[in-house]
Amino acid sequence: MPETALLEIDNAERVFGGGRTLFGRALPAVHAVQGVSLDVRKGETLGVVGESGCGKSTLARLIVGLDRPTAGRITFDGRDLVADARRDPRALARRVQYVFQDPVASLNPRKTIRAILEAPLRHLLGLDRSGREARLGELMEAVNLAPEFLDRYPHEFSGGQAQRIGIARALAADPELIVLDEPVSALDVSVQAQVLNILDGLKTRFGLTYVFISHDLSVVESVSDRVAVMYFGRVAEIGPAREIFAAPRHPYTHLLLKSAPVPGKRSLIPEDANTELPDPYNPPPGCAFHARCPRGTDICLAKHPALERVSGAAAHEAACHHPVDEGGHVRA
Amino acid sequence: MAAYIAKRLLAAIPVLFGLSIIVFLIMAMIPGDPATAILGSYATPENVAKLNADLGLDKSLPQQYLIWLGNILQGDFGRSYALNRPVLDEVLERFSATLILAGTALVLCSILGLLAGVVSAVRQYGLADKAITVLVLVGISTPSFWLGLLLILVFAVKIRLFPASGMYAIYGGGDLPDLLHHLFLPALTLAVVATGVIARLTRTAMLEVLRQDYIRTARAKGLTERRVIYRHAFKAALVSVIPVIGIQAGFVLGGAVYIETVFQWPGIGSMLVNAISTRDLLLVQGGVVVVAAAYVLFNLAADVVQTLLDPRLR
Amino acid sequence: MSDTAAAGSAGRMHKPRKRGRPSTLRLLFNNTLATTGLAVLVAIVLAALAAPLLPLPDPDVTAPADRLLRPLAEGHLLGTDALGRDILSRLIWGTRVSLAVGLSATLIAAFFGSLIGLVAGYAGGRVDTFLMRGVDMVMAFPYILLALAIVAALGPGLINALYAIAVINIPFFARNIRGITIGLSRREFVDAARLSGKSSAAILFGEVLPNVLPVIIITMSTTIGWMILETAGLSFLGLGAQPPQADLGSMLGDGRKILFTAPHVSIIPGLMIFALVMSINLFGDGVRDVLDPRLKSGALTRPVARTAVAQEREAEPRRHSGSVLDVVGLNTQFHIGGDIYRAVGGVDLHLKPGECLGIVGESGSGKSVTAMSLMGLVPTPPGRITAGSAWLEEEDLFSVDDERIRQLRGADVSHVFQDPLSTLHPLFTIGDQLTEAIMAHRPMRRSQADEKAEELLRLVRITNPAERLKVYPHELSGGMRQRVCIAMALANDAKVIIADEPTTALDVTVQAQILSLLDALRRESNAAILFITHDFGVVSAVCDRVAVMYAGRIVETGETEVVLARPAHPYTGKLIDCVPVLGQPGRRLDAIEGRPPVVNNLPAGCAFAARCERAEADCREGDIPLAAFGEGRAVRCLHPLKGEAADA
Repeated sequence: MPETALLEIDNAERVFGGGRTLFGRALPAVHAVQGVSLDVRKGETLGVVGESGCGKSTLARLIVGLDRPTAGRITFDGRDLVADARRDPRALARRVQYVFQDPVASLNPRKTIRAILEAPLRHLLGLDRSGREARLGELMEAVNLAPEFLDRYPHEFSGGQAQRIGIARALAADPELIVLDEPVSALDVSVQAQVLNILDGLKTRFGLTYVFISHDLSVVESVSDRVAVMYFGRVAEIGPAREIFAAPRHPYTHLLLKSAPVPGKRSLIPEDANTELPDPYNPPPGCAFHARCPRGTDICLAKHPALERVSGAAAHEAACHHPVDEGGHVRA
Repeated sequence: MAAYIAKRLLAAIPVLFGLSIIVFLIMAMIPGDPATAILGSYATPENVAKLNADLGLDKSLPQQYLIWLGNILQGDFGRSYALNRPVLDEVLERFSATLILAGTALVLCSILGLLAGVVSAVRQYGLADKAITVLVLVGISTPSFWLGLLLILVFAVKIRLFPASGMYAIYGGGDLPDLLHHLFLPALTLAVVATGVIARLTRTAMLEVLRQDYIRTARAKGLTERRVIYRHAFKAALVSVIPVIGIQAGFVLGGAVYIETVFQWPGIGSMLVNAISTRDLLLVQGGVVVVAAAYVLFNLAADVVQTLLDPRLR
Repeated sequence: MSDTAAAGSAGRMHKPRKRGRPSTLRLLFNNTLATTGLAVLVAIVLAALAAPLLPLPDPDVTAPADRLLRPLAEGHLLGTDALGRDILSRLIWGTRVSLAVGLSATLIAAFFGSLIGLVAGYAGGRVDTFLMRGVDMVMAFPYILLALAIVAALGPGLINALYAIAVINIPFFARNIRGITIGLSRREFVDAARLSGKSSAAILFGEVLPNVLPVIIITMSTTIGWMILETAGLSFLGLGAQPPQADLGSMLGDGRKILFTAPHVSIIPGLMIFALVMSINLFGDGVRDVLDPRLKSGALTRPVARTAVAQEREAEPRRHSGSVLDVVGLNTQFHIGGDIYRAVGGVDLHLKPGECLGIVGESGSGKSVTAMSLMGLVPTPPGRITAGSAWLEEEDLFSVDDERIRQLRGADVSHVFQDPLSTLHPLFTIGDQLTEAIMAHRPMRRSQADEKAEELLRLVRITNPAERLKVYPHELSGGMRQRVCIAMALANDAKVIIADEPTTALDVTVQAQILSLLDALRRESNAAILFITHDFGVVSAVCDRVAVMYAGRIVETGETEVVLARPAHPYTGKLIDCVPVLGQPGRRLDAIEGRPPVVNNLPAGCAFAARCERAEADCREGDIPLAAFGEGRAVRCLHPLKGEAADA
């Protein structure tokens, strides 16, 4: 795997709400993403996993420039992505694209597939009529759809087909990086595999880099080279996929893996009612996972753990004061 | 809850403020020179200038507004030149008559509308539903001023059941039964349109609620259908109908203009129409400000009731 | 959001609609009331347009000698007014004026209101606040009062009345359109367009506006009648049309003075206003029904308390005597339009006390409809149970009367649904909803029920139960809400709990807890669970046996471990193979090509044959039975997989 970082996120933060009223009273603020730092290397797939509300979708929108960080830096291929997105969103959109979670909602119900796919060709690439026509053919072929479908409307498609159109749209401008935000979550399992296989093929064929966001651990495991686990707006653990899944170091990752149901395995973790996410308007001091953590001590309450390289493993980092032993198992 | 009401009351202040600006601007829009309009075209230039100064019209628009607002806040709406009495006295007297009429109509349309809407939803596509749907359509398509005339023709002229006009009988009236006797036809006429609108929206709201998951839950719990509809569904539907009733209050207050004219009810609506014909603009202005302010307060009350019903809004 | 599996499968069954227009028009013409309205409206409009061509007397010429002629008088079909003018002529010319004014006012209000709404909704932030505050100010006036003030200022006259009516209706459009625009602006296709390089203006007018247009048209069609009424009203008060010009309102106003002597002078124009407005409203409602997607799909039809059971249904005898629930030959259909969707096409299943049976399938497979049919919770219309029996011990649930079903619901058979937020009533406290469930079956005092409710919350491991009884559902997290729902299902010692995707809406760590809880509780209470899910992992965690459904029928059933380890039906095998498994990242994902058949048009033979690699000619004919396949197993396949492991 080449070591050049295509995308660098440095201490990114996104706060929603906040500010003050006319009378100076502070308004509630939510830190959807805070202190997130990570790299995406050229040609790899970085998986981002986490449960609802962990900030993974906000992070995705920051990367494609649909939203701007309130603090921190995002660099794409050595250039300041946030500044570029503001100055020339089209230039960024030519290089970074996005695939949405809900395939049907991401297609305008009143436009034909042709109109939807032509928009990036016209606005981003400035192709003329014949150029567009040729490219449309290529795109439909790439996502394995018949060219006759071009003149139909979105409601005539199934979820899986609609998501392939969404992928074709992202592919249209020939980007280098594609952010996939839960691309298969809305699909039936038999269709998920079709889409995952197409994504895999496109990556090799066009030399793409993926940021693959999902709540589904098994899907992330099957597609990712490296994985970042997010909890409550921060990266809890990041590292090579194999290591994260085989030997998780953060207790939260451990809990996630233990909780995921696996076919053929009658695995029920002892349930424990006190496993609520912390209140985002009133975040706890120190480590956000502390209340749920079997390994928590006083220092976890006092100080937020920084993301640090865990001993032994290269490029495997966890934000925990008491990481799980290498290859070991957390006590339940 | 008290804090919420206080907050809403505070929020109403800018609305009232904006409302006063709109009324002021509309009155400032009046073409021509008001002094000439008041004094007639034969007035001497000195008299016009003097009146302009008296009215403060030689000052800038914002200054005029502040003076005007200051006066209004002190209860000074000026004098009606046609009636030669303080505008506020006349307006308050008339407004109480309108409140009786509009209030009765509002109670009437809320009860009838909710009832018809619920029955219509529960008996969807049944005979009652079809009858109500047609009646509602007829109701909202009928000009109320025309309906008033028809009712007078039938009930006052042909079968002499109700009086044709006024609020009290000229001789020997003045008590409550007399008032109710006079109130019946105009209140009914005024309520017709609003009843239709409320019934329609109640029906839609009930149907919408009845397909929610929590209604299925209520049924899955083994509750009786009566309880499912009248406790679970109706309460949820009411939350979305109450703001509509608030808006209908505005239509009823406005509609009173026609009904009071048709039935010669001594309310603020007929006063306004007369004042507009006689170009008694201070009276128009006073009437508009008072009615609008009352309407703002009413909507506030509707908001509070809605919040009481729906814990999610708190 | 609250897409239940039943609604989801119904939605999926809709045939793709071909190109909007022709069917839209046809739908409109199918509506008799709307067509009648349109016919009357067209007649009135044509008459008004043709006024100059018609052989009518001059509407403004007075003839004192002929004053107040009654209708049907010689030469004056509708009589004459107080000045001897021909009423018919004035009526047609007046209608022309009223229509023109009403239409212009609507267009002005729609244009400016929609523009404000679009810009405010799309721009958001300060622009939105500024514009909407202005709109709120105008709306703070009682409707017609502001029009009066404007007319008072500008002076009476038809054009001024038109402006006044238009201005006071702008907020109505602005608010409506803004609401829709905000919703649309947050939709993903707007972000997609932005990433396609479109500018804000191009997105607003090219992407958002086409979706808002139907709403603008609906709003116009429902307000134009109202606008005509209001302008007529102002004219009636003498503030609109000024003599000699007449519109319908001023004719009515003139007639009012002679109401007692010559009622026809005021009745006729009033009738005309009524006919005009009524026809517009009828037509407008028709347009709304056609353009509103919710109404089009029949989504606003009220489901009745219990699923309809077809008269011609033939009951089936019990087959498994020791079972608490024994479903035999269940058929549930949806009748939509002229099509019959066989959502459930002959399902047999049985549950022993304390047993957990999982029903697995993709959306549209009929798994939820099967479960919801048992206690009659499939919405009717369009749902209908057409065959089979569901034996709850000695009673056939499809034969007993409505009151008996009510007694059994929530008592012997209880439910846990998918989305715990939408399944709890938002306006009642947790305590209210729990005690209600208890008291529906066991009359007791509220204080006793409160104690019982507290006990139930403790049973589902909720801390501080007494406090939690007082909160509303939205104040709890998803996991907590689902615990409350489970507590409710346990309120009356149910024998069978039907759990319809109870953990699908939950996060994975919360899901694990809820699954453990359900598993522990069924062991404590010995309740049988019918567990609906699409996830084989979840099935493995809690189910003793599993039934796989495809296109409305069970294709394979057996003990969970056996079926998962050695699936016999090719569909089961494929379904297992196409899902990535945690801990096996290198596994090849074997996608199932094609799509499941639509259940209103099932092929002969095996419904899966078209997607199956093992299919042969005999798979495409006749009815393929669910045949025994070893101990406690059955498979609906002529060429089942024999012993090959799923992963081979």
